[in-house]
Amino acid sequence: MSQILAPGTKAPEFTLPVTADQKLSLSELKGQPIVLAFYPADWSPVCGDQMAFYNEILPEFQKHKAELLGISVDGVWCHAAFAEARHLHFPLLADFEPKGAISKKYGVYRENDGICERALFVIDKNGTITWSYCSPIAVNPGADGILQALEDLPK
Amino acid sequence: MAELKVPVTAKDHIQGDGSAAITLVEYGDYECPHCGAAYPIVKRVQEHFGNQLRFVFRNFPLVQAHPHAQMAAESAEFAAAHEKFWEMHDAIFEHQRRLSADVLIELAVGLGLQGPALAKALKSEQYAEKVRTDFMSGVRSGVNGTPTFFINNHRHDAPFDFEDLVAAIQQYQ
Repeated sequence: MSQILAPGTKAPEFTLPVTADQKLSLSELKGQPIVLAFYPADWSPVCGDQMAFYNEILPEFQKHKAELLGISVDGVWCHAAFAEARHLHFPLLADFEPKGAISKKYGVYRENDGICERALFVIDKNGTITWSYCSPIAVNPGADGILQALEDLPK
Repeated sequence: MAELKVPVTAKDHIQGDGSAAITLVEYGDYECPHCGAAYPIVKRVQEHFGNQLRFVFRNFPLVQAHPHAQMAAESAEFAAAHEKFWEMHDAIFEHQRRLSADVLIELAVGLGLQGPALAKALKSEQYAEKVRTDFMSGVRSGVNGTPTFFINNHRHDAPFDFEDLVAAIQQYQ
């Protein structure tokens, strides 16, 4: 089984679709902290789901000038419908083709299920992972770990 | 396991005996249907444990998902300033499906509170800071949706049916 990338590791570069005609690369965001939130799938059937929850906390991430990116193996149209339904104000990356390729690089792909883990990374402005956490798949990890990691970043 | 980071103090809304062995804290959103479903369950749990349990409610409005959650929370805080928090809390949950500024004011008036004063407090966001303080205490404690319960400072990561909550609470007795 693969291991989730640990703090101190250079965050693997990616270029993934965020909409049907737009791609986003990690390197484009250099110079600011990134919160990279892997989650198993769009449309989990509760109103307090993880992405909707982070949407509520977004102003707190922004206080740290951090950019939040959600990422799952769902395709761009699925993400678009999900983001619209939940009024999400941050990008969702589609790790769709080749499926789970970036999840694998971060050590958070579940081969048997074909989805990624519920895993969180905080990446500093130089592109180094400073904090990572893999939650039990059924447990929404909340945002306390992320906020602590953002606070712990050197000013 | 997530822990309640901000201890219960006299500033909280507390029902029950201060010396109770069990403290049940709910972070809730007045417009969240799951919190609405939990509302009568919590009442049953309180009856079940009697004076062994004290119950604390903290605001956790999910404003992106629920357009009336913030004003409902501020209305409950307004009522609290006039010693009517729990009456307003109950009234809001009991009318959860038709929340609006007008309905909140109507509920407040029904409790003997001044409607215009509530309207003014909502407009000036007089109680927004208190609600925000609750919200942030929840975020820092690992609240991950609504409702989130803490039993003696430990986050309850399981369903909140009556039987589940009772069983979870019994572990702390």
